[in-house]
Amino acid sequence: MTAITRDEVAHLAKLARLDLSGAELDHYAGQLAVILQSVARIGEVAADDIPPTSHPVPVENVFRDDIAMPGLDRAEVLAAAPATEDHRFRVPRILDEEEA
Amino acid sequence: MTVAAADLIRQPASVLAAAISAGEVSSVEVTKAHLARIAEVDERVHAFLQVTAEAALESAQVVDAKRKTGAKLGSLAGVPIAVKDVLTMRGVPTTCGSKILEGWCPPYDSTVVSRLRAADMVILGKTNMDEFAMGSSTEHSAYGPTHNPWDLARIPGGSGGGSAAALAAFETPLSIGTDTGGSIRQPAAVTGTVGVKPTYGGVSRYGLVALASSLDQAGPCARSVLDAALLHSVIAGHDPRDSTSINAPVPDVVAAANRGDVRGLRIGLVKELSGEGYQAGVLQRFNEAVELLQGLGAEVVEVSCPHFDYALGAYYLILPSEASSNLARFDGMRYGLRVGDDGSNSVEQVMSLSREAGFGAEVKRRIMLGTYALSSGYYDAYYGQAQKVRTLITRDFNAAFEKADVLISPTAPTTAFKIGEKVDDPLAMYLNDIATIPVNLAGNCAMSLPVGLSPADGLPVGLQIMAPPMADDRLYLVGAALESALTDSWGHLLIEEVPDL
Repeated sequence: MTAITRDEVAHLAKLARLDLSGAELDHYAGQLAVILQSVARIGEVAADDIPPTSHPVPVENVFRDDIAMPGLDRAEVLAAAPATEDHRFRVPRILDEEEA
Repeated sequence: MTVAAADLIRQPASVLAAAISAGEVSSVEVTKAHLARIAEVDERVHAFLQVTAEAALESAQVVDAKRKTGAKLGSLAGVPIAVKDVLTMRGVPTTCGSKILEGWCPPYDSTVVSRLRAADMVILGKTNMDEFAMGSSTEHSAYGPTHNPWDLARIPGGSGGGSAAALAAFETPLSIGTDTGGSIRQPAAVTGTVGVKPTYGGVSRYGLVALASSLDQAGPCARSVLDAALLHSVIAGHDPRDSTSINAPVPDVVAAANRGDVRGLRIGLVKELSGEGYQAGVLQRFNEAVELLQGLGAEVVEVSCPHFDYALGAYYLILPSEASSNLARFDGMRYGLRVGDDGSNSVEQVMSLSREAGFGAEVKRRIMLGTYALSSGYYDAYYGQAQKVRTLITRDFNAAFEKADVLISPTAPTTAFKIGEKVDDPLAMYLNDIATIPVNLAGNCAMSLPVGLSPADGLPVGLQIMAPPMADDRLYLVGAALESALTDSWGHLLIEEVPDL
């Protein structure tokens, strides 16, 4: 059930935006299978009627007073960016060649 | 207090604070002594990623000047502290132990750092950690491992190995850690120091770079229970900037630490957190501590938490799932490393190239594990089932706390292992957190404190105390009583036995 192929790892890497090398794909295929096999034990627990916990402290609709507060300093934020242009973040082209 | 600089670094934070406040020593003198110690030993320990010497001396001067005017000072005013590099500090590089954030200077302070500043504390710098807090040995730092002052060939625990090693090396009297599955408590255990994971929501996560948002919690690291309590009371409390922050008074941890009493208290031994997999030397020191607690007037009962056997599995599905989502923000667009932006690559290609170059092996492993657990077809069997097991673990705790006021266990199954021993064996590494993980899943609080050296290897052993949510004061009540009985028998704190560096 928990065998994981090199192709599956390649697919996961694509979804996770990781440009893994061939050696990494081989390495992770083995390791992920071992880890998944180990964690799959939780399937033994009969828990069909048990509600899931997503969060240890149940909270909902947390509000604060509607008071204006200063935001981050724009120059300071842009100074930490890898590339800027005209006081904005500069990003690479967002469409692939065939879509452009 | 007329003490030489060499003695200043060995003083508890509580003593330093009193001496600074009484004008017997200046904060500048105390800060200089610690900076000198860092300069002397950190090349070998590598607890710090960044030492902010100039800023530290400036804050120390401000505190000294403030004291002279008679202004009211905080309980730890002028006392130096080190901060784990996962909490933002304005204008100071915050890397999370990752290449992807190398040199990144955050434009804001985390709430923890703001509170340290507001309490007139002196921040010495940022401490080393496993990349994005993923690890139990600090070997997964992109900037090289931290060494355990008890034996420099061994790991200081992780992910907060830097914060724990800095204490054991007398580079700082206090530090801040964060604990997602044991990253405060396990380093405390293997370095002979004290570490507390407060109740989830007890300390603000604002500015804490998220690993797993439903598990992460910042907390105090110290060399004694009282020092941890003093720091706990500085950083804890409601913060409107964290929607999961608990809006209730902070339990009086300092009073509890000063009182230290277990008479009439019911202490539960968790059956599932002992036995197989735990080193004999660890169990021996643990069992001796249990007898000691009994001698001090505690009633010891055995409790069973059957679903704890599944905690590791649930954790290693929930954590990677949350991490894979949280770490999606590191895409090389607004901050951090960008690779391959040559005009021909698309944004998607640049993201993949940047993340491949910027993340280390363990981070990639967990991101893919989380991506797998959350993908359609597997979601119910993995992430969904793990969340249900999480509910059952919380119910186990609730039932156990009906029978006992606090629960105890060894903090970690082994003492500090050798650097390199488990670094590419993820499952062996994950087992280090087997006793600490249940608390993160349920969101309650726990402390680790030293209970002796293992007869097998002469390395520190930690005992874990667990209490219900928002009963953090009980940790200090029990911890202080045990620490005081142990120091009476040894004649000093365990940390005094650490070899000279």
